[in-house]
Amino acid sequence: MIAEFGLAALWLAAALAVLQLVGAALAQTAGGKVLAQVVRPAAVVQALLCTIAFVMLLWLFVRTDLSVLLVASNSHSAKPLIFKLAGAWGNHEGSMLLWITVMALAGALIALIEYRLPEKTMHATLGAQAFVGLGFYAFLLFSSNPFERISPVPPEGMGLNPLLQDIGLALHPPTLYAGYVGLSVAFSFAVGALLTRQVTPEFAKVMRPWVLGAWIFLTLGITAGSYWAYYELGWGGWWFWDPVENASLMPWLAATALLHSASVLASRDALRTWTIMLGVVAFSMSMLGTFLVRSGILTSVHAFAVDPERGSFILALLALYIGGALVLFAMRANTISEGKRFSLLSREGALVVNNVALSAILGIVLLGTLYPLLTEAFDVRVSVGPPYFNPVSAIFFLPMLVVLAVGPLLRWRHDRFARVRLPVIIIAAVGIAVLLGVWLIAGIALLPLLGMALAATVAVASFLPLRGRALRRLPIAVWGMAVAHFGVAVALFGMAADSAFTIEKLSAARVGETTVVGPWQVRLDRVEPVAGPNWTALEAAMTASYDGGEGQVIRPQSRSFWSPQQQTSESALLTRWNGQLYAVLGQAAENGRWQLHLWWKPFVTWIWFGGLLIALGGLLSLIGRVSVDVRRRSATTRIEARHAEATR
Amino acid sequence: MKRLRWGLWAVVAVFAALLALFALQLSRPKDDFVQSAMIGKPVPEFALPAAVEIRPGLSSADLADGRPKLLNIFASWCVPCAAEAPYLAELERQGATIVAVAIRDRPEDVAAFLERYGNPFARIGADDKSEVQFLIGSSGVPETFVVDGKGVIRHQHIGDIRESDVPKLLEKLREAGE
Amino acid sequence: MSPSLVVPDLIRDRWPLGRSGRPAVPAFAGTTLLAGIALLMALLAAPVAAQDSLPPAPYAYQQLDDPKLEAQAQALMQTLRCLKCQSQSIADSDAPMAGDMRHQVRSRLMAGDRPEEIRDWLIDRYGDYVSYEPRVTSATWPLFALPLVLFVVALLVVARRLRKRA
Repeated sequence: MIAEFGLAALWLAAALAVLQLVGAALAQTAGGKVLAQVVRPAAVVQALLCTIAFVMLLWLFVRTDLSVLLVASNSHSAKPLIFKLAGAWGNHEGSMLLWITVMALAGALIALIEYRLPEKTMHATLGAQAFVGLGFYAFLLFSSNPFERISPVPPEGMGLNPLLQDIGLALHPPTLYAGYVGLSVAFSFAVGALLTRQVTPEFAKVMRPWVLGAWIFLTLGITAGSYWAYYELGWGGWWFWDPVENASLMPWLAATALLHSASVLASRDALRTWTIMLGVVAFSMSMLGTFLVRSGILTSVHAFAVDPERGSFILALLALYIGGALVLFAMRANTISEGKRFSLLSREGALVVNNVALSAILGIVLLGTLYPLLTEAFDVRVSVGPPYFNPVSAIFFLPMLVVLAVGPLLRWRHDRFARVRLPVIIIAAVGIAVLLGVWLIAGIALLPLLGMALAATVAVASFLPLRGRALRRLPIAVWGMAVAHFGVAVALFGMAADSAFTIEKLSAARVGETTVVGPWQVRLDRVEPVAGPNWTALEAAMTASYDGGEGQVIRPQSRSFWSPQQQTSESALLTRWNGQLYAVLGQAAENGRWQLHLWWKPFVTWIWFGGLLIALGGLLSLIGRVSVDVRRRSATTRIEARHAEATR
Repeated sequence: MKRLRWGLWAVVAVFAALLALFALQLSRPKDDFVQSAMIGKPVPEFALPAAVEIRPGLSSADLADGRPKLLNIFASWCVPCAAEAPYLAELERQGATIVAVAIRDRPEDVAAFLERYGNPFARIGADDKSEVQFLIGSSGVPETFVVDGKGVIRHQHIGDIRESDVPKLLEKLREAGE
Repeated sequence: MSPSLVVPDLIRDRWPLGRSGRPAVPAFAGTTLLAGIALLMALLAAPVAAQDSLPPAPYAYQQLDDPKLEAQAQALMQTLRCLKCQSQSIADSDAPMAGDMRHQVRSRLMAGDRPEEIRDWLIDRYGDYVSYEPRVTSATWPLFALPLVLFVVALLVVARRLRKRA
């Protein structure tokens, strides 16, 4: 009964989405005022029903109800509870249900609290939200019903791959969807503003927290995904320019650009069309990413579940939403005025450069990712990898960092160079000093060298805007900007240091032998079998000492799972502030030797700390913006109350 | 403003073209095979020792002895190689000369494989480091090359040979002999 | 996902352990992978005995003594595609064929070949697909032309802003 109850809730939610869409559409006409009142409640009830459906699915997984196909093929009665729950969204149908639930909840939240925009615009926005939602309801109900029964009922479930029984992976899809849903809300606002011709600073202010929230989740998702690939793949790399990785990067790039252009629109009423365009692009990139990953149209290390049928469905949704929005945009764009003017040497000018550069990088990643697909259509096969992406994106990335260093120092609208001469000289001096210093001492390749110099520049520059301001009275959002920019510097330094200074050592070692890798001495103490709950492994115990210091024991493993049969190597990491020792146990070689694969990766962890700092910066900004909104709202309420009292 | 509009319609057009590309690629079966770029070129020089005692090894000179041949790349540890064994036997029965290269294999394993699935091969070279495989641009097992009498590669069949592939390969072999 | 998905289609698969040398890793932007678990399990459930049993080639897991040559080898290997894997370089794969290719790269470098000669040697055999570093050819020129166009457009946009000073 639970499954049927869930399915019924899902159908009802879809019906309410229809109601919401129709109500919103009629609300745009003169005669539809009555139905307009149904839009907000419909959004709330729809979210409620969707949540019920999702809770039903969770319940089915907790009870391991094997009469439900999805449970039977993804769960097992002996799994720990947390992974039973994670199993609910660890598959196509469940993850789609999670997506639509989060989306419905976001819609309900807007319907409940957002009253700053004209009501007509809000209706159009909620209508767009319902329209997007309906596509996903159709997808779920017609081609991926999560509540489908199976008969006869199997005695036991299929289980979940041991590789995927990992807390990081349990959290991965929800993080991702939060990001995508945030962008879909931004998309709906953009469409609503476009339909009702209300592209105003107020619109940007309303949209901004959603973009910020989405961006924080996407940043966290990419950071965590990169670290996971780094330690789980066992090859010491943290970014491969694999199609799936690129698919995650593209929405992030678009969201970063949108974040900055929305703040220009909110503060200065400029870049109106551009912001709308980015709102459409950011969501299309998340849809495109979903399509690329799910359809299996591109070959990737990270995914090989190929399902062209589902791919076609997502493609149809992509065509409908993004194609529709782009056509609407092209038709309406000339009715939106450009907004206020500004000079190039101004905060807006710097943000325009940032936007242009980010969009260009997005274009390059898109081009490089899809190019093999294009040539394949003509039966020519090519590969596009790091030797293309790194230098070509650097053409835009490096100048952007220079502007990132200077931009926050500039005033809005118009500024004089003389005013910022001193800080610019400081920043330039730091950059040039680091450039020369590193070049003279280490003599590394050009790109890492420039990366390090710019990292130092940006690190110093990110806190210069705080100079001479009362720190305690500074808005939290400004702190957010400084922290996020500093995070970029930290991550960039980690990337440059890793690529310039990594030392790799392959050795075939006997027990008792010591291998030297960089400043580390690693002694192989013994190799012995160990057993886990569903695997056996060969485990090496090694004593690693840094620069002759005290030894620490690390234990890399070569694991064999038996159900399903599978080999994985579990790398062992030893982290210091200035880098990581990365050890992998390979196969047995002749004469009782063992293949060891060791890396000393200076400052590699800074990459992910940088990512976390960027997300933290976003969080501070979000808190800053929302708290200002809340304060303003309560002030308005107070004034209205006083007003009401006075007139009484 | 007008220029802006043109630009926007261009974006719409690019997006439509992308969708068309996706639709096209979705509708075609995904082809993961890497074609050799050596077709039409002579087999580079190599000499492999025998993989089993009962058959001699294989060298590039053996492939240029005037008669067209099938060159089968296989391994005892490869499941599809066992699946194609009956059709290789069929090809041999119909008059094809088949020579083989065993990839990363032990003599005893190859012998057991031939014992179990039949031995249609005139010569079998042992390629322990995939060297010949790289030389002729092969990227997996099983693959079957048609080599003409002068030692020039004329055709590459990727994957296991099915019943329907037998006449096609015989035809290619006949063409190579002309 | 229908239960039939979990029946491995071994005969059709040229590589008994699936295409990847290492167990495939779930997507990290992706959703799917989780969706494809059943398929993943099916692929991985293939008999482990179907792996070849020879030890790796000498230079598959052994570095060259000359650190300069080894650095060249490493840089080259990171830009060569493992043909049996799903989008991995031969430097990042445990597939036996990737090991044999690393052996080729290192022993050719030791014999005095320059890295670009080795890359060309492989492209002669496998086409451009084997190299992650696209060359400028009749099929790939847009890959290089479009970023240039982007750059010019970007400059124009900024320059137009400059002329229209407020």
